[in-house]
Amino acid sequence: MADHAAVPEGHHGEDGHHESFWRKYIFSTDHKVIGIQYGITSLLFLLFGFSLVMLMRWQLAYPGQPVPLIGWLFSDDTMPGGVMLPEFYNQLGAMHGTIMVFLGIVPLAVGAFGNYVVPLQIGAPDMAFPKLNMASYWVFFVGGVIMLGSFFVPAGAAKAGWTSYAPLSVIESMGQTMWLISMVFLITSSLLGAVNFLTTIVQLRADGMGFMQMPFFVWAQFITSFLLLLAFPPLEAAAVLQLSDRLLDTSFFMPSGLVVSGEVVDVAGGGSPLLWQHLFWFLAHPEVYVLVLPAMGIVAEIIANNARKPLKGYKVLVYSLVFLGFMSFIVWAHHMFITGMGQVMSTFFQTTTMIISIPSVIILTALFLSLWGGSIRFTTPMLFALGFLPMFGIGGLTGLPLGLAATDIPLHDTYYVIGHFHYVVAPGTILALMGGIYYWFPKMTGRTMNDTLGKIHFWGTLVSMNFIFFPMLIQGLAGVSRRLYDGGQIYAHAQDVLVYNEVMSIAAWVLFVFQIPFIVNLLVSMKKGKAAADNHWNATTLEWSAAPSPPVGHGNFRDLPTVYRDPYEYSHPDHDEDYWPQDVPPAEASEN
Amino acid sequence: MQIPFTVAPRPDTGVNNAKLGVWLFLASEVMLFGGLFSAYIFLRIGAPEWPGMVGGHAYERASDILNVPLATLNTMVLIGSSVTMVMSWASLAMQRFDRYRLYMGATIALGFVFLVVKAFEYGEKFSHGYLPAENNFLAIYFVLTGLHGLHVIGGILVNMYFMWPGARMWKTDPKRFTNRIEIAGLYWHFVDLVWIFLFPTIYLL
Repeated sequence: MADHAAVPEGHHGEDGHHESFWRKYIFSTDHKVIGIQYGITSLLFLLFGFSLVMLMRWQLAYPGQPVPLIGWLFSDDTMPGGVMLPEFYNQLGAMHGTIMVFLGIVPLAVGAFGNYVVPLQIGAPDMAFPKLNMASYWVFFVGGVIMLGSFFVPAGAAKAGWTSYAPLSVIESMGQTMWLISMVFLITSSLLGAVNFLTTIVQLRADGMGFMQMPFFVWAQFITSFLLLLAFPPLEAAAVLQLSDRLLDTSFFMPSGLVVSGEVVDVAGGGSPLLWQHLFWFLAHPEVYVLVLPAMGIVAEIIANNARKPLKGYKVLVYSLVFLGFMSFIVWAHHMFITGMGQVMSTFFQTTTMIISIPSVIILTALFLSLWGGSIRFTTPMLFALGFLPMFGIGGLTGLPLGLAATDIPLHDTYYVIGHFHYVVAPGTILALMGGIYYWFPKMTGRTMNDTLGKIHFWGTLVSMNFIFFPMLIQGLAGVSRRLYDGGQIYAHAQDVLVYNEVMSIAAWVLFVFQIPFIVNLLVSMKKGKAAADNHWNATTLEWSAAPSPPVGHGNFRDLPTVYRDPYEYSHPDHDEDYWPQDVPPAEASEN
Repeated sequence: MQIPFTVAPRPDTGVNNAKLGVWLFLASEVMLFGGLFSAYIFLRIGAPEWPGMVGGHAYERASDILNVPLATLNTMVLIGSSVTMVMSWASLAMQRFDRYRLYMGATIALGFVFLVVKAFEYGEKFSHGYLPAENNFLAIYFVLTGLHGLHVIGGILVNMYFMWPGARMWKTDPKRFTNRIEIAGLYWHFVDLVWIFLFPTIYLL
């Protein structure tokens, strides 16, 4: 590939080698820069979403007491005298969920890692549509700004929870309109991204890379993109309908004779709140897999690399992934067992839900078995990957009682659900994403992150996360509802488990303290970290074996690689080294 | 750096990047309109009468409220525009750029005709005070046709780009330009197809 041919698509007549600062770092069409933009933005959103919940945890641990140190910063509409108002608590709750899911984890898992790593792993010079890629980031960015801006409109941000259940969300203040508009932007961004990923993976694989030679991470992104492509549009439809309910006074989600504050609401009626739930969960269940699959992909990469042996059952893993993606479209109503949608529906959805647990278990088991007989290197990314396995296991197993109608009914809307979901996403996905940062940082920057700080970060995070989320399961089994402003103080049945509120809150703040070494490590290592080799981890996949660290500005590789073998040929008996990269020609060929 | 397979199809997949991309995009559009059609079915099944009370009068058939002749005309207009769209692509394939201009112009003009007719229909409803807030039938009518209308506007903008500024590519890279018209055509046919489902569902059933 002659790098003199580096004229960007569209022939602007600019010299590709001397781009302005704006073209190079802000409105870049290079997938690596866009990936890093996504990464920085989503990490900031994760920190912001986490800050919201740290505030909430004060109110839950010490209800009605003024927040120390920072309480005075807030206005009288939110925390007069430092004491949090219930309305503000609801805003924080709704925005925590929304920001963490749609502006934190998805853009980090898909936007950042997907963008940066996928083209490198398949040996492509860039994404298939670089301009679309840039548009996807900037649409996401605008959506994020609108979401943040909603805190400053009259009566504050959305208060109807991240699920925005109607009719509450329809009679909500203006913040909800902002929420919906922001969601339309975020959905559009995911859509552009998904089209781009799918096209890139199908069309731009290097010579010799069949679908079964793709690294597992690429497969995970491939299935994730399908979910984004097909599950998000119905939520866009739902957002349009809810916007119309709010702005045009239609009644899509407004039942006849709805009474609010003692008065019948003046709308035509005849709508159905259940319709919102169906449309919302049609997206939001596949969305759970959007949160989890990329994490599984990252963990698979790290485990194969650090166990120094091929993944156990690569093909079975791939088939499970495809089956999981397909099934995720027909399980959504297991979120709705208590809506009274009927026995037949409940039976169907609990059956599909039990079926979908099978491929998840296969994937997790295969990843565990991949460790068997390996010579494991306990590097920082490996610790995070190993932490993911049991944590995701707890998350998955605690989900089974929620998937069966009979056991879901008493557990629905309790802290048990919160505990289950967070085990999947926080000690599950977030640990894997952190591991991914430690794993690919040398590739992105050409420098390594500090190992000691990384290990402090890992152990502190793992332990404090368990102290936050395990008590939630206990509280939930005792029957404590979620979304309670006072953490359950007024309920007799909650008295025995109220003590955990303080434990969870302190653990949450400790968790924040243990993120400081990570933040310091990330910032300092960018400039001062030890220089990393091109193939820092002695890996077999193309991003390590064929591209320099960091990869070439436009085009990634000095020469586009050719693939000769499967992605994880570690400790192969026919090869001297314990890793045999995909792009190294077979011995006979190289001797000629 | 050049992205591979922007013009020529990849041998083992048989398509170029843009064609695969637009099919994927259309798949998501199917899900978008599919979600709205499902909402229509859901609401209609739950409604005691359909279209129900509009302006204090209980209607039994949608065709008594909506203007079926105008919508039939619009169906013809859109089908016609799909034909001219195919002709414009075929003209490029036969190296007849002058004919391409003619057919593309016709496609754009027919798109505008559709919008003008639609505007008359909307105006008639508004003048009777038939607003989306009236009942769920009118609500879903306005949302579905409105969203479809936005898609028509989007298609017209794309076609206008390829009629004027985008047409410069014909001189530098005719193969790629022809591909672009094919892809714009796929989108335009999809918009046409949505209307063909919309028209009987809302106006006739």
